[in-house]
Amino acid sequence: MVIAPLDRKLLRDLWRVRGQALAISLIVASGVAVLVMSMTAMQALDDSSRAYYDRARFADVFASVKRAPRRLLADIAAIDGVQMVEARIAQFALLDMPGLREPVTGRLVSIPDAAEPALNRVQLRSGRLPDPLRRDEVVVSEPFAEAHRLRPGSRFGALLNGRQRSLTVVGVGLSPEFVYAIGPGALMPDPEHFGVIWVREAVLAAAFGLDGAFNDVLLLLYPGVPAVDVLTDLDAILAPYGGIGGYDRSEQISHWFLANEIAQLQTLARILPAVFLLVAAYLTNMVLARLVYLERAEIGLLKAFGYGNGAVVWHYAKMVVVLSLIGLLLGWVIGQWLGHWMTAMYAEYFRIPELTFRLQPWVFALSAAVSVGASLIGVVSAARYAGALPPAEAMRPPQPPMFRHRLAAGRRWLAGLDQPTRIIVRQLLRRPGRSLLTSLGLGAGVGLLVVSLQWFDALDHMIEQYFERQQRQDMTLVFADPKPASVLRDVARLPGVLAVEPARSAAARFTVGHRSHREALVGLPAAARLTHLNDAAGRPVMVPPHGMLLTDMLAGKLGVVAGDRVQVQLLEGRRQRIELPVSGIFESPIGMAAYVDLDAFNRALLEPGLANMLQLVVDRAEEAVLYAALQGLAPIAGVTLKRAATDKFEETIGETMLVMVFFYLAFAGTMAFGMVYNNLRIALSERGRELATLRVLGFRPGEVSYMLFGEAGMLMVLALPLGCAFGWLLATIMAASFETELFRIPVVIEPSTYALAVVLTLMATLPSVLLVQRRLQRLDLIAVLKTRE
Amino acid sequence: MDETATITLCGTGLTKVYHSGPVAIHALRGVDVALYEGELVVLVGPSGSGKSTLLNILGGLDRPTAGEVRFRGRPLGDSEAEITRFRRDHVGFVFQFYNLIASLTAEENVALVTEIAARPLSPADALALVGLGDRLRAFPAELSGGEQQRVAIARAIAKQPEILLCDEPTGALDSETGVMVLRAIDQVNRELGTTTALITHNRSIEGMADRVLRFADGRIAEVAENASRCPPERLAW
Repeated sequence: MVIAPLDRKLLRDLWRVRGQALAISLIVASGVAVLVMSMTAMQALDDSSRAYYDRARFADVFASVKRAPRRLLADIAAIDGVQMVEARIAQFALLDMPGLREPVTGRLVSIPDAAEPALNRVQLRSGRLPDPLRRDEVVVSEPFAEAHRLRPGSRFGALLNGRQRSLTVVGVGLSPEFVYAIGPGALMPDPEHFGVIWVREAVLAAAFGLDGAFNDVLLLLYPGVPAVDVLTDLDAILAPYGGIGGYDRSEQISHWFLANEIAQLQTLARILPAVFLLVAAYLTNMVLARLVYLERAEIGLLKAFGYGNGAVVWHYAKMVVVLSLIGLLLGWVIGQWLGHWMTAMYAEYFRIPELTFRLQPWVFALSAAVSVGASLIGVVSAARYAGALPPAEAMRPPQPPMFRHRLAAGRRWLAGLDQPTRIIVRQLLRRPGRSLLTSLGLGAGVGLLVVSLQWFDALDHMIEQYFERQQRQDMTLVFADPKPASVLRDVARLPGVLAVEPARSAAARFTVGHRSHREALVGLPAAARLTHLNDAAGRPVMVPPHGMLLTDMLAGKLGVVAGDRVQVQLLEGRRQRIELPVSGIFESPIGMAAYVDLDAFNRALLEPGLANMLQLVVDRAEEAVLYAALQGLAPIAGVTLKRAATDKFEETIGETMLVMVFFYLAFAGTMAFGMVYNNLRIALSERGRELATLRVLGFRPGEVSYMLFGEAGMLMVLALPLGCAFGWLLATIMAASFETELFRIPVVIEPSTYALAVVLTLMATLPSVLLVQRRLQRLDLIAVLKTRE
Repeated sequence: MDETATITLCGTGLTKVYHSGPVAIHALRGVDVALYEGELVVLVGPSGSGKSTLLNILGGLDRPTAGEVRFRGRPLGDSEAEITRFRRDHVGFVFQFYNLIASLTAEENVALVTEIAARPLSPADALALVGLGDRLRAFPAELSGGEQQRVAIARAIAKQPEILLCDEPTGALDSETGVMVLRAIDQVNRELGTTTALITHNRSIEGMADRVLRFADGRIAEVAENASRCPPERLAW
């Protein structure tokens, strides 16, 4: 193969600037890697879940009801757009797991007696479905089985409607409605304390007195039918039987988490690669501009020989394409690998039977287009300069760069400085745009570090806000139905219980004009001690004796301000419709919530003294006795242990986040290194002659270094606060795009995080400084001074 | 030359061999040279005859392969720090390309050196000496080639060095500006008594020297003494 002489020059040029080229390639690679990683992981989640939903016939509409006769099913099936209906019984129950003292909450879900479920099919991972004739046989969810080492043949106890039963595992399965299996009150899947148990319908019907009835219904709609149309009719049918309002897939908790994760990956894929690729484009531009400037004579010569402008511009563009292709390949390999790893990590939390990781050709195509495109943007100005250079002028030495006399005030200010410092200041001021851009580029690295590190702050803050300040209880008991005050007294007498506080929550639909939202209305006792509401700034918020307290997110969705009135349609019990004034709005880390005074709540419902939740403070020494005593208590739907929830939260988030943050640190470090290295190398190339002159004049190596690194240092001094501000901005943008109805990620960045980002950036800078310092030391004084630039 | 005159700088047995791939280039082949206090020496010879190499070695910009340089009888020393110290305190350089710092004015370019010198002239005086007393505030880009070179001379002599080494200071200039530059060098040599060595391709410049060293093939082929120095403006260019 014959390589054209110009291409040979290209290869040699690339080799000559290999350090800088590599730095740029690494930054491109980082951007591409983040893009490929998030896109492939997102695609894996999206594709696999879609396929799974289809295969397992995941329902489109869900509704719970107190007790509805099966004959309603014909009416429901007759609703326009409904393709298939499945009625079932779903209940919570306390489980007694061998080897674990702590209470475990089970979600019992019925499957038809003589068939497989038509909707939300259970996919068996091992074993078989329960024998309809054996009342103790159950299938358990896979993560739960793993956490408790259950396999076909294992046994455990359950408290079904107050009666202790022994259950035998005959199968382990997965279901599309529990891809993200999260227990009541938990923030994370915690298979140790929450599991799904599939039981034959007859068993549950008998245990909960629901013969010939159902309390949960699933609908599959014809493709393209909007759920809203069906929901109105469905709610009308179920309302007389204690329907608490249906919802579509977007509100189904497991799907909601999955969809959110996919959306977050999309955000990640949009924001971060853009930062990397912009910085890469800027660096490409700087390096290329310098190269073209130094090669003026060669360009003139080429033109004199008859090469056209197009050929000259293409020559330099090719160099950049090569650079970004190297970065692209590297980014593909790293991104692939990370995507694979991330998908495997997701498989831990999102239980999709075949969470498959496939190579996505479009992700590669997209990243190629974006990265090469970004680099070519970097080529434009340098290439234009090369193209516009007239051959004769190109071969003349350049004039010394022009410096302007500053204002008198500036002169007075400069007068206090020694000459080396003046050189630095004037260099920076001569091209303020470039100085600022360089600072911004350096700052981008700092910003990325701030963003990566601030997740820890945000989490600490969330845990502190949510678990430590708002929730003072150790344990929450949730009852299937509201209980009278006597239950409170019973619980207070249990061993180890130090304090009890009631609360009541009911599903409700909030309506203001045409805006509406389905949310739990929570009643808290006046001067509640165990549930402290705080606003985002951590100030306590009191529940008013009259009216309703809304989080800002809910108020925003309903479009209300304090003083407005909201129609509240309760979806439980006697389904009262009450009108409540908004007496306060507070900014909260938990997305949508509405609070009222418990007594006022009960009065409005004409049900004084009732509660369906109890908050407990517990003596840790007597926990074991208490757990045992709870088993005998009137039907408890679930127990949430705060410690288990926080431990799980910290453990899960901590371990995945550590790994993620490590990768981002590597990427951000690469960026900081690449930026500083290129910047210093270009400065050395531009200023080599001046630095050599100073050496000849008798300046010591250290003094000369000051002039080179002083400039970079000043840019860095400017870059650090800029970068911190950029990090804050990026964190705010990302938090805003991650914000969901369930929670809001606070933008909390501790001073120590900024400091750490700054220190890490400076550390990433150090190798560049050492590399360039070595070059500076080897500067050939005579060669530099005797040649014209 | 007057035998009683003091030797400012001398080199003995100076040899310099450059290795360029398999080829060894003998730039200096055992040169003995002495520069006497206050004299003006002109070095002439064809390209590659070794004069620049000698000047660089004498000024501490380069090191000989063999031989020794002594300043006022003492060896220059081996460490980078000692040699930098020597350049800083005792030597001024002027090159064909002026090598001014573009971001500093004429006055500041000179101040660059006076700030680190022990007993400097003021930058204004140094610039006045080379006829640029009225261009203190000009940046290099605002000066002609001759003016830039004179700023370079002012910068070289402002610390009142014992030695001024000029490598083709007029190489890039036309005759008229060249004469102005030479006059500045001549004036510095006479008024401050700075020992001066000047490399040139232009043999007509020989007339302004006390002594002329003619180079050929890495050696000093001939030393000529001028009975009297011809002022630069009267040189036949």
